[in-house]
Amino acid sequence: MRAKSPYPYWFFLPAAVIFVGLFLVPTVASFYFSLTYWDPFEARFAGWDNYVQFFSEPFLVRGTLNTLMFAFVTSLLKTVLGLLLAVLLTSGMFAQGFLRSVVFFPVLVSTIGVGILFQELMHPTQGAINVGLEAIGIDGPGWLTNPSLALFSVALVDVWRGVGLATLIYIAGLSTIAPDYYEAARIDGATRWQLFWRVTVPLVRPATTTVVILSLIGGLRLFDLVWAMTRGGPGFSSDVLASVIYKQYQAGFWGLSTAGNVILFLLIALIVAPLAWWLNRKELDA
Amino acid sequence: MTRRQLLTGLASLAVATVVFILPFLFVLINAAKTPAEASQPSFAWPSEWHLWSNLVEVVQVRDYALLLAYFNSIVITVGAMTLLVIFAAMVGYVLQRRPTRFSKFVEFTALAGLMIPPAVVPTIWVLQQVNLFKTIHGMILIQVAYGLSFCILLFRAFISSIPRDLDEAAIVDGATPLQVFFRVILPLLKPVTLTVIVVQSITIFNDFTHPLYYLPGAENITVQLTLYNFQSQFTSQLNLLFMNILLITIPPLLVFVFFNRQIVAGMTSGAVKG
Repeated sequence: MRAKSPYPYWFFLPAAVIFVGLFLVPTVASFYFSLTYWDPFEARFAGWDNYVQFFSEPFLVRGTLNTLMFAFVTSLLKTVLGLLLAVLLTSGMFAQGFLRSVVFFPVLVSTIGVGILFQELMHPTQGAINVGLEAIGIDGPGWLTNPSLALFSVALVDVWRGVGLATLIYIAGLSTIAPDYYEAARIDGATRWQLFWRVTVPLVRPATTTVVILSLIGGLRLFDLVWAMTRGGPGFSSDVLASVIYKQYQAGFWGLSTAGNVILFLLIALIVAPLAWWLNRKELDA
Repeated sequence: MTRRQLLTGLASLAVATVVFILPFLFVLINAAKTPAEASQPSFAWPSEWHLWSNLVEVVQVRDYALLLAYFNSIVITVGAMTLLVIFAAMVGYVLQRRPTRFSKFVEFTALAGLMIPPAVVPTIWVLQQVNLFKTIHGMILIQVAYGLSFCILLFRAFISSIPRDLDEAAIVDGATPLQVFFRVILPLLKPVTLTVIVVQSITIFNDFTHPLYYLPGAENITVQLTLYNFQSQFTSQLNLLFMNILLITIPPLLVFVFFNRQIVAGMTSGAVKG
């Protein structure tokens, strides 16, 4: 036997028991249970039935497509707005420190609180947003009552709530770019536009990777904001996978709910893992 | 400061006020109104400020459910943070000091934990098997399981900046692994521990989804669930709804004011790595 290491593996044990027991075991079990008719009383083997149902019932298909749409729209907006805000908030302008705090604060506020607040603000007739729009002569839409708009409204609120984190990450990324690069480019006669596209964007890539990956994972998994604002409605128009999972659980269709969970897991693995690999590889090439 | 910087600053200030500050002001104004005035929530100034009486009223709803909720949330947050800090630091320490294949595998598993969505119904099934469903200590262990990955990675990164000579000196002096960890390493982890505690306790305190699934029952209510549960009851008393929002917004605001630096450090970790 080898001499005992002063860094014993059993240090992993307390964490491993909790992590394996309450996280990995349920994850592995979910693959089995997604193949069963499962309710609070029994689980009977069902083969692929739950998955067939997931991809044939229109409202379940809608939930999956909404999830992808939501994650794509929010990640894109958070990345673009986050970078622009970060550039603005590092330009040395007036009240810069205060503005950074203001943009970031919603990240820390309870999502459920934000959701209920915006539910009131987005009320079609008495909500402050439409009252404000009316004052300047615009007839505001039914943000959360119009089925083709509800998901988009929730996405806007998610961006409002999360853009501060993207900005913060970009500010940290921008601070690592040596001023020499800008200096050299300026001497070569680069315009502001060129400085942004040729210096800032390529050199801030590690931050972009983090922002894109974090926003995608968050967007695909999002539950609380949708649930607080629309409960997936009107109808099923703003349902996402996470809200479908909760609804099917509530209705006692545990097998179907778990199939939704597995689909969500596969979506995240199939989208995020290759993207993370690709973004990190490009970093090495640069 | 140039004229241009002053002007962009002022313009940004105006936009930020409308977009980010007015919504919070809206909460404050309507939390101070009478039920009649708040029935159509608006930016109209309250004719009289009823902040205190609304606060008392919202606390008394459903037999002081809000106080119970604060108590439960604090117990869960403190309990989970205690376990998280010790267990995650132990893992991060050995991962960093002993870079073997097995450690690589453990680290990969921890990373996967950041990405994989928890399988909720099978988790309920596991919790039922071990009699932890609908219990506060079960909820604590769940928060530990979900928070471990993030904490381990932060601790591991920080420990790489602690010179190995320190633990080796203690080992030569005959200290056991536990003594080295608790007497030498853990005290040096204060800065990163503070970051972990601030960021992770906000996450746990603000968590709505997991208590909704794993901790049903009126006696188990947590702060985020008060708002959700009262929502239907408060449709005719929106002033109380806004007061409730105000009350659950204050703790993160205080943390933000006092621990801004730690929050920034925790949230940007990984952003600037090469």
